[in-house]
Amino acid sequence: MKSLQRIFAIVIKELRQLSRDRLTFGMIVGIPALQLVMFGYAINMDVRHLSAGVADLSQTAASRQVILDMAQTQVIDINYQAADVFELETLMRQGKIVAGIFIPPDYERRLLQPERAAIHLLVDGSDTVVGGAVASIARSARISPYNDRPPTMEIRTYYNPERRSPVNTVPGLIGVILTMTMTLFTAVAIVRERERGNLELLITTPVRSSELMLAKILPYVFIGLLQVTLVLALGAFLFDVPLRGALIDVYRVCLLFILANLALGLVISTIAQTQFQAMQMTFFILLPSILLSGFMFPFDGMPRAAQLIAEILPMTHFMRLIRGVVLRGATLQELSSELLVLGVFIVIAMTVAILRFNKTLD
Amino acid sequence: MADSISSELAIRARGLTKDFGHVVAVNNLDLDVPRSRIYGFLGPNGSGKSTSIRMLCGLLTPTHGDIRVLGLEIPRQAEQLRRKVGYMTQKFSLFEDLTVAENLNFIANIYTLTRAEQKTRIPEAMERYELGRLTRQRAGTLSGGQKQRLALAAATLHEPELLFLDEPTSAVDPENRRAFWESLFDLVAEGTTILVSTHYMDEAERCHALAILDLGVLVAAGSPDQLSAGIDAAVIVVQSREPRKVSRFLDQQEFVHSTAQIGNILRVMVDRDVPDAADFIKKISSDAGLAVDHCEKVHPSLEDVFVAATQARKAARDKIE
Repeated sequence: MKSLQRIFAIVIKELRQLSRDRLTFGMIVGIPALQLVMFGYAINMDVRHLSAGVADLSQTAASRQVILDMAQTQVIDINYQAADVFELETLMRQGKIVAGIFIPPDYERRLLQPERAAIHLLVDGSDTVVGGAVASIARSARISPYNDRPPTMEIRTYYNPERRSPVNTVPGLIGVILTMTMTLFTAVAIVRERERGNLELLITTPVRSSELMLAKILPYVFIGLLQVTLVLALGAFLFDVPLRGALIDVYRVCLLFILANLALGLVISTIAQTQFQAMQMTFFILLPSILLSGFMFPFDGMPRAAQLIAEILPMTHFMRLIRGVVLRGATLQELSSELLVLGVFIVIAMTVAILRFNKTLD
Repeated sequence: MADSISSELAIRARGLTKDFGHVVAVNNLDLDVPRSRIYGFLGPNGSGKSTSIRMLCGLLTPTHGDIRVLGLEIPRQAEQLRRKVGYMTQKFSLFEDLTVAENLNFIANIYTLTRAEQKTRIPEAMERYELGRLTRQRAGTLSGGQKQRLALAAATLHEPELLFLDEPTSAVDPENRRAFWESLFDLVAEGTTILVSTHYMDEAERCHALAILDLGVLVAAGSPDQLSAGIDAAVIVVQSREPRKVSRFLDQQEFVHSTAQIGNILRVMVDRDVPDAADFIKKISSDAGLAVDHCEKVHPSLEDVFVAATQARKAARDKIE
């Protein structure tokens, strides 16, 4: 009986403390809701509306019909018209399309020669789910009016022809690891000093807010680049992940992404009061970063709302950048819009952090 | 004229008020702290000592009031003030996972001391505050007294004109406290002004001048002697074999402000205008059948001043309610 009284006393105390920590209380409701919504939307292997381009050199009624048939599957959206196969390849390297339909000038003649491919389907194989979905539209082509068979289709899978998943996962994993460690490190670094009282000492010294913020993130930039090197080396060594772009570009992209996460961590540190809260908030960023960025599930398969949320996350842009550089050999010029988004994110987050970090105790 | 007075003052505050929403932590505080002196803030916990210090060094923005510290307008010129003042927080705020030497080097660089300055001042500080043998020890493993010496060394490394010490000795044993105060007097001799908050009477006695704070209000200010002389009560020491009974009896008398027991001795604070208060107390106690051995009027201590000042306010508050 006495034991029960004591247990009860502790239970009541825990609940009281919990209800007074508003952030934690919010997480109790927020995390399940977030998970449910995100998993519900994001886990969608039945991908649709993948961006595609067409190079129709035949320009006949039959070729237009077959393109229309493929578009009607809704698996692809034809967003680009290309002049030739090289333009399709460029669009794919830039990440603008994941599928390309190439129809040679002698399409109608080839329909009569089943041993020759009448349609070439170019597929970005770096995401295996996407690759599989695009391949499925090959089956949609209707029986041609010239003979009783569908047109012969040749699928050319780019970047990951063996469809090995580590090839796709490892570059993305750099993003997950950096989001997790960089954001958490900085968030906790400032909050810890506040908890221990070091901050009260620091703000009475001539240190400026901007100096403190900058100095807090610099050491982690090096740690982040070290982690990148480790993942790349292990990826190449254990999983034979190719590096098609320039190594320096990989580091440039990573550096930008590291800075974005560190700045985000600083913003968190100006909001969180305890290390525990900082950890929870980091988790709140990490979860959508993994689920919505295109790392786990294809970005194109997600509904519009989820895509909009994903566009705010640095990880989404990093995912496009790192896959572009590592797997498709894209140059930074070809990916400049994603770089710009990360740059803007860094500037905004840094400004918010410096403005929010007040050198007073008010 | 006014200029020469203000330049002799390290701190001048008028109408200093801090309002934390529903609580007024500091209420209409006027303060004049002369240079090269130790000025004390004496008051119980929650009397507004820390809040006042934080406002004076620009860490908190006052709700009302004007502050000038070392000729600078605070909080507007707080950044310029930072190089000229040192601040020792109530809680040890150096880095516990760094060694003594690493902490001092860090602080030296934060205050952008030159290499030459660092080379002379750090070893000097180590010697002065007896940290020499602890150089490589992590700050977290130091004793209370050692931590406090390290904190003082760090707070004075940039040779500030003014030093704010917020209850610096709360985690320190009496011997270390004495040594600590000796160091403070050394600093004052070199021209430093020190503002120190405390709730220890013996420390308050050592200050050149002090302000007694109670619930955010300044209730008395002056040198310890001035304060003792200016007390609005007389202090009678009563010796008795049954001090609890005597104390209960005296507490009921109109002219008695308060009684405090120290062993078998009672310190009784009474109205100043009671003639021959000592004899009077002895008489009425004996009449009530209580054994009183000895009664004597004594010079009021700072504790008496403190009790009298805070009790007068309490009585006034009770009356209003």
